[in-house]
Amino acid sequence: MKNENRRQTLGFGVLLLATLFVVIPVTAIIILIITKGWGALSWEFLFSMPREGMRAGGILPAIIGTVYLVLTSILFALPIGVLAAIYLSEYAKDTPLTRIINLAIINLAGVSSVVFGLFGLSLFVVFLKFGVSIISGALTLGIMTLPVIITTTREALRSVPPSYREVSFSLGASRWQTVRHAVLPRALPGILTGAILSIGRVAGETAPILFTVAAFYLPKLPTGLSDQAMALPYHLYIITTQIPGIPETYRYGTAFVLIGFVLIMNITATVIRSKTRKKK
Amino acid sequence: MSLLPRRIREFVIEKLIFLSGIASIVFVALIFVFLLREGVSVLKTTSLGGFLGGKFWYPISSPAKLGILPLILGSLLVTAGAVLIAVPLGIAAAFYIAEVAPKRWRTPLKSCVEILSAIPSVVLGFLGIMILVPFLRNVLNLPTGLTAFSGSLMLAFMALPTIITISEDAINAVPREYKEGALALGATHWQTLYRVVIHGALPGIIAAAMLGIGRVFGETMAVMMVTGNAAVIPHTLFEPVRTLTATIAAEMGEAAKGSPHYFALFAVGIVLFIISFVINLTADVLLNRGRKR
Repeated sequence: MKNENRRQTLGFGVLLLATLFVVIPVTAIIILIITKGWGALSWEFLFSMPREGMRAGGILPAIIGTVYLVLTSILFALPIGVLAAIYLSEYAKDTPLTRIINLAIINLAGVSSVVFGLFGLSLFVVFLKFGVSIISGALTLGIMTLPVIITTTREALRSVPPSYREVSFSLGASRWQTVRHAVLPRALPGILTGAILSIGRVAGETAPILFTVAAFYLPKLPTGLSDQAMALPYHLYIITTQIPGIPETYRYGTAFVLIGFVLIMNITATVIRSKTRKKK
Repeated sequence: MSLLPRRIREFVIEKLIFLSGIASIVFVALIFVFLLREGVSVLKTTSLGGFLGGKFWYPISSPAKLGILPLILGSLLVTAGAVLIAVPLGIAAAFYIAEVAPKRWRTPLKSCVEILSAIPSVVLGFLGIMILVPFLRNVLNLPTGLTAFSGSLMLAFMALPTIITISEDAINAVPREYKEGALALGATHWQTLYRVVIHGALPGIIAAAMLGIGRVFGETMAVMMVTGNAAVIPHTLFEPVRTLTATIAAEMGEAAKGSPHYFALFAVGIVLFIISFVINLTADVLLNRGRKR
């Protein structure tokens, strides 16, 4: 028995060590980017155009480009995703069609991000003649983020107790009235969580926008959805790999702005989620 | 409001709900069709065997040599390295978080994993170039730190959240009676974990590993930034390689539309699409089997 206890201590020690291998680098990364990126932040860095081949000035067009992309793709994906989740949770029965839909969602979530880029190039840029533009990239990103929205919304709808629906039906409400007035209001925080999470994800994606939106160096702000645009993740990629002699602080500053945005989205989503959990 | 408009309104909205429901199928089909539309034209310049098995990827020489074997091997090598690191590490961490960690530590640990999954791949690639690559070059005394090994480390890190969260779900889904039975028979907590719980959770854990592999295989930006991008057949983990994904990302910008090179890059996309399809299908079957038991 003593032997077994020693084995248990050893085993748990190994498991703890593995966990530390995950936790420590993550913490180190966040701290590193915050400490090194903080110094680069200034009014000029956030709110002015890049100058001298991006070696000086700010990253305003990349920030604005990312905001355009994120908003457009969510406006496109949120309604489709939420309605799809309503279909799966409230309307669909266990049929082969439902099974195929679920498989399609899983596959959509698993397709490589660069393959989404190819798809966007071939469908939106070339076939539909949208050109290299914000709209092409936003639609590509929107389709890519659908699985996140569908799965989180479906979870939110399923967590609404069946009694809500039964009461509504027994009062003579139709299925849609039940969904609209009894189920959706209760699921709203969960849906919001999903939307915010996918905003964070869309903001950080690079590969899907490589050939659909991204402009290498475009020191002016986009005026509409058919413009090319710079974007934060692509900008970080370029100043890291394509242009030599960029000051380190400039790179860390860009990484800081990008990761700051993504983490704020994630924290907001977590806060909403934990608040609603407490209420239940 | 009269009854008729409501009926019509409901009819319209329910049709919209159905259309959105099947939208995922439509999009997956569209992706495949549009990859195929451009990709099959590669067969005009090279045979299927020459494309998949060709040892030389010289897309801009004339005539272009469009063999993707070096790229496939590059992807496989980087993926294998990543999986060897990430799968044991991820499963161990999942066991710690689900079974061993003190209750008040669970939420912070999970948030940490969530943060990791939220970090954009381009940011990890950036840190890879700034820190990991010079570090490995110095420590391992290599001519360049841009190697398959750097890519494997990077990708292992990125696959961890997938492996940990899905394994953890599988561990939590093991019926409590199994554990209680083993403990009642006098087994230690550790014996219970690795003799009983792991068996109950196995299908889910295998699915977690597969989805991790899928994530690694399809990852693009970070791997492109740290592997050195040499499209030659690799011999060891410590030389530069070029993966399938990185090839598309790096070369599509320069490939002239309608050229053999352009079509070949779409054909690479088809290969990636099919591989991820097979991986996800298998993982889904495993997860469903685990749930039914």
